[in-house]
Amino acid sequence: MHVWLPEGISTIAPAVDRLFYIILWLTGAVFVLVQATLLYFLVRYRRQAGQPAHYTHGNTMVEVVWTVIPAVILVALALHSQRIWAQVRGTPPPAALEVAITGQQFAWNVHYPGTDQQFGRTSPALVDEASNPVGLDRTDPNAADDIVTVNQLHLPVNRVALLHLKSKDVIHSFFVPQFRMKQDMVPGFTGQLWVSATKAGSYEIACAELCGLGHYRMRGFLTVESDEAFAMWLADALKEQQG
Amino acid sequence: MTTAHGPTSFIRKYIFSTDHKVIGIQYLLTSLVMLAVGGLLAMFIRLQLGWPTHFTNEQGLAHRTFLLMERWFPAGFPGGSGIMDSGFYNMLFTMHGTIMIFFAVIPLLVGVFGNYLIPLKIGAGDMAFPRLNMYSYWLIPPAIVVMLSGLFLQGGAAAAGWTSYAPLSATLGPGQTCWLVSILLVGTSSIMGAVNYVATVINLRAPGMGFFRLPLSVWALFITAIIILLATPVLAAASIMLLLDITLHTSFFLPPGLVIDGVAQAMNRGGQVLLWQHLFWFYSHPAVYIMILPAMGIVSEILPVFSRKPLFGYHSMVYAIMAIAGLGFLVWAHHMFASGMNPTLGTSFMASTMVIAVPSAIKTFNWLGTLWRGSIRLTTPMLHALAFVSMFVIGGLTGIFVASTPVDLYLHDTYFVVGHLHYVLFGGSLFGIFAGITFWFPKMFGRQLHEGLGKLHFLLTFVCFNAVMFPMFNLGIAGMPRRIYDYTQYAHLAHVGGLNRMMSVAAFCLGVVQLLFIANFCWSVFRGRKAGENPWEANTLEWTTASPPPHGNFVKIPIVYRGPYEYSVPGRKSDWLPQHVKS
Repeated sequence: MHVWLPEGISTIAPAVDRLFYIILWLTGAVFVLVQATLLYFLVRYRRQAGQPAHYTHGNTMVEVVWTVIPAVILVALALHSQRIWAQVRGTPPPAALEVAITGQQFAWNVHYPGTDQQFGRTSPALVDEASNPVGLDRTDPNAADDIVTVNQLHLPVNRVALLHLKSKDVIHSFFVPQFRMKQDMVPGFTGQLWVSATKAGSYEIACAELCGLGHYRMRGFLTVESDEAFAMWLADALKEQQG
Repeated sequence: MTTAHGPTSFIRKYIFSTDHKVIGIQYLLTSLVMLAVGGLLAMFIRLQLGWPTHFTNEQGLAHRTFLLMERWFPAGFPGGSGIMDSGFYNMLFTMHGTIMIFFAVIPLLVGVFGNYLIPLKIGAGDMAFPRLNMYSYWLIPPAIVVMLSGLFLQGGAAAAGWTSYAPLSATLGPGQTCWLVSILLVGTSSIMGAVNYVATVINLRAPGMGFFRLPLSVWALFITAIIILLATPVLAAASIMLLLDITLHTSFFLPPGLVIDGVAQAMNRGGQVLLWQHLFWFYSHPAVYIMILPAMGIVSEILPVFSRKPLFGYHSMVYAIMAIAGLGFLVWAHHMFASGMNPTLGTSFMASTMVIAVPSAIKTFNWLGTLWRGSIRLTTPMLHALAFVSMFVIGGLTGIFVASTPVDLYLHDTYFVVGHLHYVLFGGSLFGIFAGITFWFPKMFGRQLHEGLGKLHFLLTFVCFNAVMFPMFNLGIAGMPRRIYDYTQYAHLAHVGGLNRMMSVAAFCLGVVQLLFIANFCWSVFRGRKAGENPWEANTLEWTTASPPPHGNFVKIPIVYRGPYEYSVPGRKSDWLPQHVKS
């Protein structure tokens, strides 16, 4: 099988892939040009009897040209990258749903605010690894319908989701290759990432930042599904939680 | 400053020597040993990556190799039956990166060539501060002992990656403390060496050796020394802060509200996790240039000699080094595009990173310009120098992918980055080091390396290197994260096993091929063909004195009349015109 880009399934994936291919073609052309020139010179200018080397210290004109051309290309590339960067990491579009994801050694705690769309209060003092991994304060009225799952992230297809990324212990990094993005989860502050998945299916969340012994198996599961299936899953999860 | 007679006692002459040449060779032998240690660790990494699930096939050769390893490192295989512990794997790549950077590549480039070449090339009898120079070397062995002693402590050596990101690094055992102390020692050694290089280049140049008559290798080492002086203290400060966080429970990098392993950490007050990354990369990005500029200098030195042509665009080469060094201080946060820092910062660091590619491009084109219409001799040092140019191009071009913020958001922390950095540090730095060692070996030891063996070593190294490192780009593009002990955990990586095994086999070949270099080195030191003063017919001052040079270097300090690259000057019988000859 081809070891290459996996399928892209977020609204920004096509733009990122296009940029990737632009850079691939540009650098590929430079690569071929430089290596071919190098090889040609090695063959053409091998030591030959009675053929002394050409005595020159350089040529200002040539040097200006090969300074300006790469500079122009690189600036253009930076400008183009900036446009996509602004789209990916700029102000997120209005979100249909918000999810808080808290990384810990070595799991993803996924916290949905429930139908009231308000996250309940959380506190490190309330953390109980077995029953309350995010330290949710159940006395907070906002927490009544909150849902917390481990390693199971469900998102409705074609809806903008705003992810609040946090960590309890060390740095983790939320990475879904098919989304073409990753974002570190840094203890001490909440990072934000928006995503709109374009294709239903099952995918994996990988931790991309070394986080200790079990880093390699810090794997989460992402299910992208229709609005109906998502609503049903949420309802089931809430029922199960309330026991 | 130079005495007519060198010291006579064995200890003063060969061990606690203040002679820059002896110190250079001490650095050479020490760091070559560490290069071998680091390489061996890489083999262990590749063993695991090639056969992460070898235990399902217990008859295989791979499994027997694991069992052998278990006999050497029982602590790394707590469950027995040849199954490596993931924590041991984390230790392997942490120590591989740390040793290669701090104990192999930096000391090889800066310690060896800086010490050995600077006084000889500028026409000085020794360094400005010979005793400081001796101290700088003698901090290295204790640093190595402290670093490796972590392996024998409970909990093992450091395992948070060579970047030691907090808070993970603050939660690990005493191995991390050893790591930090060792880095402080090695950093102090670097700073002492750098002070010496700067003072020597400024003050001890021979009469007539103006700055723009300095060989490029001296320019590169001089500017590298300035980078070291500006950047290393920041690493030292950060290391001390992390050391305090670990030992005295300060909270420079530890924010409040951490719950580690189910235990709330009540002592932390208001630390900043990203502060470590900013401080670390403020040193470690310039450190990338510490590891590449001297190699560029070496290559700029070797290409003219074996093309019998002046270096193309000497002045722009010097300005490009300065530009890289200056801009190198403004790009550190491009390692942090995915860290959650403000996206606007990402934009400015992308801009500076794109700009720093320009002087690198200038250098590459000037090297090609040097070859153009030359009279090229493909000696071993030349082959390594050409490989540097060719491989550095790959390292540089792949840097553009990760410089572009949106693409980096995907490729960051994948194998793409591992491929990129190995094309810079092995394809670039290490080929530059091999070029330098094979080029100056006759001067250092008075004998020639065996050419045939040298070329065979080059060819096999070049082929195996590419077979190991190039597929890393594919793995990264396919989304394989780095620092992963067992990628078979992921369904989207189900198809990368075959490629990983091929890379591992190539890595083992790459390791075995280095025996040719060791054999050639050992044999040639004693048995190689005697080299005269100037076996390569080169122009610079080190070739005007005996091989190896006597204590004090020159019988009489030479006077310099011209730049270092006057080859094939029209109207002369010989095709070289040394710097000290009055024409």
